[in-house]
Amino acid sequence: MAVLVYAESLTGSIKKAAIEAVTYGNLTAQSLGTECIALTIGTAEGAASLGQYGAAKVYNVAASDDFDAQVYAQIISEAATQVGADVVVFAHSSSGKSLAGRVAVRTKAGLVSSVISVPEGDQFTVKKGVFSGKGFASYEITADKKVLTIAGNTFPPQVVAQDVAVEALNINVPTSKVKVLSKSTVDGVVPLPEAELVVSAGRGMKGPENWGIIEEMAGILGATTACSRPVADVHWRPHHEHVGQTGVAIRPTLYIAVGISGAIQHLAGVNQSKVIVVINKDPEAPFFKAADYGVVGDLFDVVPRLNQALKKFKESQN
Amino acid sequence: MKLLVCVSQTPDTTTKIKFANGDTEFDTNGVQFIMNPYDEWYALVRALELKEQVGGTVTLFHVGPKANETVIRKGLAIGADNAVRVDAEATSAMFTAAQIASYAQSEGYDMVFLGKETIDYNGSEVAAMTAEMLDMPFISYATKMDVNGTTATINRDIEGGMETLEVDAPFVLSCAKGMAEQRIPNMRGIMMAKRKPINVIPAVESADLVKVTKYEYPAAKSGVKLIDPENMEELVNLLHNEAKVI
Ligand SMILES: Cc1cc2nc3c(=O)[nH]c(=O)nc-3n(C[C@H](O)[C@H](O)[C@H](O)COP(=O)(O)OP(=O)(O)OC[C@H]3O[C@@H](n4cnc5c(N)ncnc54)[C@H](O)[C@@H]3O)c2cc1C
Repeated sequence: MAVLVYAESLTGSIKKAAIEAVTYGNLTAQSLGTECIALTIGTAEGAASLGQYGAAKVYNVAASDDFDAQVYAQIISEAATQVGADVVVFAHSSSGKSLAGRVAVRTKAGLVSSVISVPEGDQFTVKKGVFSGKGFASYEITADKKVLTIAGNTFPPQVVAQDVAVEALNINVPTSKVKVLSKSTVDGVVPLPEAELVVSAGRGMKGPENWGIIEEMAGILGATTACSRPVADVHWRPHHEHVGQTGVAIRPTLYIAVGISGAIQHLAGVNQSKVIVVINKDPEAPFFKAADYGVVGDLFDVVPRLNQALKKFKESQN
Repeated sequence: MKLLVCVSQTPDTTTKIKFANGDTEFDTNGVQFIMNPYDEWYALVRALELKEQVGGTVTLFHVGPKANETVIRKGLAIGADNAVRVDAEATSAMFTAAQIASYAQSEGYDMVFLGKETIDYNGSEVAAMTAEMLDMPFISYATKMDVNGTTATINRDIEGGMETLEVDAPFVLSCAKGMAEQRIPNMRGIMMAKRKPINVIPAVESADLVKVTKYEYPAAKSGVKLIDPENMEELVNLLHNEAKVI
């Protein structure tokens, strides 16, 4: 009956996405009157701390750190059987999304992805955003077994208990048919899907050489940078910064949009941000309709001024 | 190489979304449907490029009623050789994956291409399910692929970075931005597409396991607060004291 959470450790340690998944797993376990169990695979520094977020037990399966959805899905499904879990929870991350569908098939479970609510009622009803933020849908899972992936930045980590000792779980690990040649992640920058503060800019910037003021703002705030699609298409900015309907969809607490018109396809990826600030010289720019705070003005004047004000604020905080 | 490309249709990106029947259904009245951009721009085009490089066939696979054939014809106009349509509504990811897996199993494909997600339900579910049903490796969020014989070297997106891996066919692949560049069908392609075969097959049985019970609209924004561009201290103040986000 337990809730099993796969706590991913993409770069060898437990990160925010895994902690949020455990936080969600604990809330779900409480509402079902059962316990939340965390599972780690391979190197997972910080796994014991998952106890703090509500994992009653933390297990580790010794296996290669090289991610292979086929192998990991088999391990997780087997673990779910061993611990008697009816609900398996993943982060809605690159690994979580690659695994959830496989585990759902293996365990004959109903799957709902990018969930934003804790299951309710006898029918195990959960909610998710659909049509790129233009609506929400409530899903009933009719199968006995359930698999969920959890939307990022939705369930803030809550410390509710103490570290727990990590126990080894014995599972036969199949041979991988995939050979990982290399893995690179940018250090020190919060990846866009996890970022709580995002500074984004568009074609209004006129050229890639002008991005200094955007990077400066991101630096002051400790924010991650993003961009509109045309800007990535012409290689002013890297592809992974492209947000929107055909790029990354994000849910930060603060999204600052500079020189972006706010086309419907752009909004689709950012309209679930908690607070939106728009800086645009055109008072008719559609983005203002979706904004909480707006500044009508030339970004080349406004942004340096904002950076000054932010710097002063940060200094006063120290 | 035998390449299978799975395509779905989604409402056009500018569609106004409406719900019907006490908000229990998506109202498709007046909705313009397009081929899911990830399927069209990246999965289909990369499969076509591969065929041009090594030879073989590109088959489009779609689950949906006859009305959806416009989307299939477009895929044929872009260059796919033929198409298979499962004559049923794609009621869930599990159902759709079961159709793909059953067909791919019986025909023996070297690679099964899908887009990384649809832009309506954004579930990213079908590809992983299909791979499991076929017991094949699954390479998700691929941004680049080189093929040498039956071995593929693939870059895939991971949080804040990239992974490069090697895998032998057969496998299932979900395609993201970077894999290929969009192709616009030309007149000749459109003419030829009319004569290309669409093989209509019945659905295999599969349970849905999940169902939508209610839709909701997002809460309306309360309106923008405009701030004097000369006074950025005020914006910082509001973000700190009112919105409490910095
Ligand atoms: C199928 C499809 C999918 C798409 N997917 C996406 C997507 O995922 N993400 C995405 O972003 N777009 C997407 N688009 C493109 C989208 O429709 C818009 O074209 C795009 O978002 C516009 O980018 P932009 O706002 O940077 O540029 P523009 O629309 O050119 O806007 C630039 C803005 O900058 C302002 N500006 C100019 N100079 C200054 C200045 N000095 N100071 C202040 N403001 C200034 C202008 O007033 C204007 O509002 C998609 C389109 C289609 C058809």
